[in-house]
Amino acid sequence: MVDVPYGATAGIPPAEVEEVELYHPKSWWTQYVFSQDAKVIAIQYSLTAAAIGLVALVLSWLMRLQLGFPGTFSFIDASQYLQFITMHGMIMVVYLLTALFLGGFGNYLIPLMVGARDMVFPYVNMLSYWIYLLAVLVLASTFFVPGGPTGAGWTLYPPQAILSGTPGQDWGIVLMLVSLILFIIGFTMGGLNYVVTVLQARARGMTLMRMPLTVWGIFTATVMALLAFPALFVASVMMLFDRLLGTSFFMPALVEMGQQMNYGGGSPILFQHLFWFFGHPEVYIVALPAFGIVSDLISTHARKNIFGYRMMVWAIVGIGALSFVVWAHHMYVSGMHPKFGFFFATTTLIIAIPTAIKVYNWVLTLWRGDIHLTVPMLFALGFIVTFVNGGLTGLFLGNVVVDVPLSDTMFVVAHFHMVMGVAPIMVVMGAIYHWYPKVTGRMLDDWLGKFHFWVTFLGSYLIFFPMHYLGLLGIPRRYHDLGEAAFIPSSAHTLNAFITVAALIVGFAQMVFLFNLVWSLFRGRPSGGNPWRATTLEWQTPHTPPRHGNWGKELPVVYRWAYDYSVPGAAQDFIPQNQPPATQAVQGAAP
Amino acid sequence: MSAILLFMAVIALIVGWWLAQQRLTAKPWLEEGAIGDFPGTGAMALPAAKIGLGVFLAVAGSLFALFISAYYMRMNMVDWRALPVPRLLWLNTGVLVLSSVALQWAHVGARRNDMDRVIVGLCAGGASAVTFLVGQVLAWQQLSVAGYFVTSNPANTFFYLMTAAHGLHLMGGLVALGRTTAKVWHGAEMTQVRLSVELCAIYWHFLLLVWLVLLGLLTGWTDDFVDICRRLLN
Repeated sequence: MVDVPYGATAGIPPAEVEEVELYHPKSWWTQYVFSQDAKVIAIQYSLTAAAIGLVALVLSWLMRLQLGFPGTFSFIDASQYLQFITMHGMIMVVYLLTALFLGGFGNYLIPLMVGARDMVFPYVNMLSYWIYLLAVLVLASTFFVPGGPTGAGWTLYPPQAILSGTPGQDWGIVLMLVSLILFIIGFTMGGLNYVVTVLQARARGMTLMRMPLTVWGIFTATVMALLAFPALFVASVMMLFDRLLGTSFFMPALVEMGQQMNYGGGSPILFQHLFWFFGHPEVYIVALPAFGIVSDLISTHARKNIFGYRMMVWAIVGIGALSFVVWAHHMYVSGMHPKFGFFFATTTLIIAIPTAIKVYNWVLTLWRGDIHLTVPMLFALGFIVTFVNGGLTGLFLGNVVVDVPLSDTMFVVAHFHMVMGVAPIMVVMGAIYHWYPKVTGRMLDDWLGKFHFWVTFLGSYLIFFPMHYLGLLGIPRRYHDLGEAAFIPSSAHTLNAFITVAALIVGFAQMVFLFNLVWSLFRGRPSGGNPWRATTLEWQTPHTPPRHGNWGKELPVVYRWAYDYSVPGAAQDFIPQNQPPATQAVQGAAP
Repeated sequence: MSAILLFMAVIALIVGWWLAQQRLTAKPWLEEGAIGDFPGTGAMALPAAKIGLGVFLAVAGSLFALFISAYYMRMNMVDWRALPVPRLLWLNTGVLVLSSVALQWAHVGARRNDMDRVIVGLCAGGASAVTFLVGQVLAWQQLSVAGYFVTSNPANTFFYLMTAAHGLHLMGGLVALGRTTAKVWHGAEMTQVRLSVELCAIYWHFLLLVWLVLLGLLTGWTDDFVDICRRLLN
């Protein structure tokens, strides 16, 4: 390896940016609470999402206790069971994953990774968090209102969602819809920021094709979310009308408790279209940031440039576009014209192509890389395996003839937990282990991290692999108690108990992770500015954790893409994006 | 869902057109160093607020396209009884056009550094927008006096829902317009308000367009057009 002297004259002096451009906090309140700094907002988003996520985790334990040992826990009745599954699903999908990836990682990483000082509309960004918090509080309040939270299932299908047979008919469903509407308003405010910051606030030299894939993933997911969430908004508003004013958007003529209801003529299928027009892109709103982050984790921890960067970018954009024309594959059993079924099955299977390209490229990035089995890398590898597993069962469910018998069984539950539960959570965990040193200046404990990974990874498989088998047996989802049925062998009950034990152990491992987060904040090894020797801009800040304004006086200038790892002839095995090119060295080193 | 798919296709065209200019086929691993003499970012020459508004209009457009999609799907059910459109709506439409024209006038004034024209334009635009909103409420009143309540038929519900959604967007616009007018009133420099005036004008034109589409929908004008499209698709 040749020691390369980097010419100071090669680069263009960075633009100085006047201090007046920045909003500066004046008091403790505006610095830490009503802060307009994207990094503080990111931490607020993440902590709130984690807090409500913990509630959803506890709900999953309660559900598993009931399923594994039916009849043992008398405090869980059928209504409560339905409420638990509804709240667990809604919190995990919308209030945890969406908020964490876009509000948490998006806010922290976008300005730092593109070399900006902050988001372009900091005030709107702050409002976004506070409206999100309000949405979370409204959602959490449903646990304490008369009748409790809604038990309509996270899909909130009418007519049952607003009929009296469903728990939470009084307040639960109304507050759920209000909370969703608030969430969407708050998200739109944040989303505008993420998109415009990526478009307009990049550092000089940061062309789109030099952006790290993390930013590409979050950017594309945000664009999708901005376009898809209005569908949920419209559906929620219309259902609120049906519930509160007695209109009939979704409600057909019904007899309830022997009484003819005032509804008539509405279309439950209309709701399903609106819901899944949001719901399917939502899967990729969660998956695309995960794809982006995992690409960066693998490249950094395998000390190798990402394989097929251009193809990775095109695949992200392609998946984003395709995900808007597959929504009705969630509605095969609702009844549709066979030609539509064929169309949606085809588009669904076509998405496998860009997705498979990404998986191949991750594997090819690892191929002959200098793989460091750090905790972030372990989680990234865990993600690839889990995502492939979950994706393969998606091929089953995407086909109409296979989906119809498997619909509403545990097979579906196992599929979507693998592909959009465990897989993105693996990335969330990997990303936290990776970026925690930048956020706090300290490393997370390695031993606890490895323990956390192995228990979570193996435990998740112990939970969800057997669940596929239960689904193939025909065990239905959303049932409080399976009871005695001829087609259910006693081994299925044993398996259910086994899954419950595994779920409790995996849940316990998350407590270890939380302990690690808190403990390392005070006792962790100081990390320095760039512990992973990474190339991207966030590791090149003058201070760790980065201060307000991120870059001190001078904004960085970008000279190269984000993946210059193990470049032949370079002094180190990584070249930061803001390092000027070595003109003299290149001349000298040329053979 | 054809309305929203059409809308998404338009968005996809715009995004595709933009992406086509972003050198997506570049090989970044071969492009060390500054691109060109002075490294650019490829960012557009427009101010961030204008792009932010553009993105927001896409979100709002998607919202209205979804309402329209739902309208068409619900319309085909047997219980649908179209409601008579109050004549007042035509007057309201005229007022909203006036409002849009006034803001455009203010925008041209701002470009020509004509502060008086900006003040007149903003005030006229704001006043006519408020008149439009009052007119809409009166139209609601006329309908409910005539017995067309929110709940009596889905056609009525859609009418109230869509006009309310449009009105709320206009009210949001009035907040921005009010702040801009206040700034002008307190003697702000033209350079400080030029952009705000332009953004208000753009937003107003967008809401006028949405209103014209909604009006066509609610009066049934677009039905023939949709019929033709349906036949073409079948």
